[in-house]
Amino acid sequence: MNKRDTPVPARRTIPDRLGTPLSRTLASWEVLLFGVAVLIFIANSLASPYFLDAWNLSDATFNFTEKALVAFAMALLIIAGEIDLSVAAIIALASTAMGAAAQAGVGTPGLVAIGIGTGLACGTVNGFLVSALKLPSIVVTIGTMSLFRGISYIALGDKAYGGYPDSFAYFGQGYLVWVFSFEFGLFLLCAALFAVLLHWTNFGRQVMVIGNNEFAARFSGVPVERVKFILFLLTGLMSGIAAVCLTSRLGSTRPSIAQGWELEVVTMVVLGGVSILGGSGSILGVVIAAFVMGLVTFGLGLLNVPGIVMSIFVGLLLIVTIALPILARRIRQARRA
Amino acid sequence: MVKTTMNAVAPMTVIESRGAQKPLLEMRGISQIFPGVKALDQVSIALYPGEVTALIGENGAGKSTLVKILTGIYRPNEGEILLDGQPVQFASAQAAIDAGVTAIHQETVLFDELTVGENIFLGHAPRGRFGTIDWRTIHARSRELLRQLESEIDPTIRLKDLSIAQRHLVAIARALSVEARIVIMDEPTAALSRKEIDDLFRIVEGLKRQGKAILFISHKFDEVYEIAENFAVFRDGKAVGQGRLKGTPQADIVRLMVGRDVYDVFPKIKVEIGQTVLSVENYCHPTEFNDISFDLKRGEILGVYGLIGAGRSELCQSLFGITRPSSGRLTLEGNRIEIRSSAEAIAAGIVYVPEERGRHGLALPMPIFQNMSLPSLARTSRSGLLNAANELKLARQYAERLDLRAAALSVPVGTLSGGNQQKVVIGKWLATQPKVIILDEPTKGIDIGSKAAVHGFISELASQGLSIIMVSSELPEILGMSDRVMVMREGLQAGIFERAEASAEVLVRAATGNA
Repeated sequence: MNKRDTPVPARRTIPDRLGTPLSRTLASWEVLLFGVAVLIFIANSLASPYFLDAWNLSDATFNFTEKALVAFAMALLIIAGEIDLSVAAIIALASTAMGAAAQAGVGTPGLVAIGIGTGLACGTVNGFLVSALKLPSIVVTIGTMSLFRGISYIALGDKAYGGYPDSFAYFGQGYLVWVFSFEFGLFLLCAALFAVLLHWTNFGRQVMVIGNNEFAARFSGVPVERVKFILFLLTGLMSGIAAVCLTSRLGSTRPSIAQGWELEVVTMVVLGGVSILGGSGSILGVVIAAFVMGLVTFGLGLLNVPGIVMSIFVGLLLIVTIALPILARRIRQARRA
Repeated sequence: MVKTTMNAVAPMTVIESRGAQKPLLEMRGISQIFPGVKALDQVSIALYPGEVTALIGENGAGKSTLVKILTGIYRPNEGEILLDGQPVQFASAQAAIDAGVTAIHQETVLFDELTVGENIFLGHAPRGRFGTIDWRTIHARSRELLRQLESEIDPTIRLKDLSIAQRHLVAIARALSVEARIVIMDEPTAALSRKEIDDLFRIVEGLKRQGKAILFISHKFDEVYEIAENFAVFRDGKAVGQGRLKGTPQADIVRLMVGRDVYDVFPKIKVEIGQTVLSVENYCHPTEFNDISFDLKRGEILGVYGLIGAGRSELCQSLFGITRPSSGRLTLEGNRIEIRSSAEAIAAGIVYVPEERGRHGLALPMPIFQNMSLPSLARTSRSGLLNAANELKLARQYAERLDLRAAALSVPVGTLSGGNQQKVVIGKWLATQPKVIILDEPTKGIDIGSKAAVHGFISELASQGLSIIMVSSELPEILGMSDRVMVMREGLQAGIFERAEASAEVLVRAATGNA
């Protein structure tokens, strides 16, 4: 049959990728963000003589390690097109549960299990409401945010739990070697694990596809509900782990613990280049964003800038880093036209 | 990519003397230049009162650009527009409306949550004494406009409660709610069934009688011949021919349009039909379809024809595990199976190429190879870890088999043309090595050159022993490609016809239930 009346041109081989690996890397958001981190580092070391000190820098990491642990899981959730605003409340509830258990004389391994278990239980609640009942996650997790923290307030009132066993202090105050804290080690380990999970596993690919087009994912045999449930569970788990670290570092639990962290975690994720609309982002970006936020707050702290002013700086930083690449692209387009 | 036979047909311009009749609107020497592209190059076209001019051209020929100039969205770099012989300039969309140009777009912009009346008069609602919206006039005039279109839709109901065809009428009513003399219809039949198209054409005839000049853009030649008096063919931003349709053979227009000869015979390969692969018995759905039974054999193409809303896509989606049937039996290669999810369907060897590629078939911002490998990840990966080299290999294999045109396998699918996107969807499913492939409107929105490639490929698949279910609203496609045709009407099976007994008449009669 006359499928085509012209001779079929020799089949061209389509290249796998365009450009060199180097050109692809240089154009990325992560490189830009890394540049920002370096600038802040230089600015800090010029502004304060105390900044370039190994122990001071080590202290600075505590500003972001716990939040970053949650941010890794949150990044996956946001990439999949969902969000969990209850993470800080999960930390509070997990911390309260650990506090109560410590009062009852539970030892360190039991406390860790209770903290992580509470996180998983909260994640299960969120995951069930979103994936089984198909409710929008932003509404569900605003609801559970009040619910989880409300339970903490009922349990504690204006009291505080203290009296944790001495060995429990290691998670938030211990050091692996020299200036490298346990928390920082955990941060690096989780960064690596989440990077593998998102970028090198089938599960991570499914997360990416769901965020880009949930219909297409469903029509391609991706178990969308199951993936979402696992993501909420994972976020609960990481919140539980963050609760263990934070409680251990502070040595006490108040119901207001980790207040407002959900927004800082989301900011970290978005600053790391994860699209708030879902579908794209990298763990490397979140890692660099964690450093940027940690360096900024710590540098300002060394300069005795009050906390309220600091939050203004963080907000400005977020707006500038989001606006820069968009403006750059617009200018480039205008010049081409 | 160079079309080697591009110049095989000399650009010709048929200009006929039109006696005393003067055009209502004329565009002369219009050029529209975008950075890097000349979207329109010295184009001239004339629209006459009481006549339909069909604008024909492949995707990217410049049709939409012309519409945007006429509706005041783009200002051309060169050329002039004459209205009643007087030069005019459409400085804004409002200026075009004031001049009496109105457009019914390909994808109509209407608002589901607003009422019919609000949709019709949005932006130009009649005002009452205190500047408040005059609802009584809106409803009365809406009713009147809809009655002109032979419809009794209540203007106070919300748009979301209407059928697709009724929404279309509302869109037309909206276009006519301004004092329009020139009506542009941009692929108005794309989403309509044959019966609805007939209704639309009656409306167009009515508009003609009112002396309106109509610019009708369509891919479908049978429709163009049915409704239009004049034609204008665009190719690569140039007007390559225009004239009276009467006496111009379709083959000439096709040749003008694509700049080369195109197949007019469907590339159906004679295939030895084998054993029954899939048999569907008494398939039922609570609302969409009821009691569907058919067999599908190896190497067979079963066409599924019916009007919009006949339950065809719903049937296919339930075979693919997206929706659950309420009852019925499914047998695949002699084994009773049950499909509860699309993952199970894929595992069983049944795959589905959805009608809405962009919405259901592809993650457009993601690379070609990642879209292609998605349902086959279990094969390209090892213990859950991705292997990009394997994915690229798989993608390359099917990209070459399908003659995919892309800059690289890592570019986002969204950067490809419709035809190439469809190749990615088909390739993604072939990579799962299916037994049954369900194609839902496989050539919808694809230009005629790529259509031939898709058809050729479907035939080839059947000849390789795949069983194919092909849902289509295009009769030539159904008649040209199918070994048997199942017709559905309002969720019921209206008959199964062998290739020899299936004719356009028989199928339409079965689909509409008209004797």
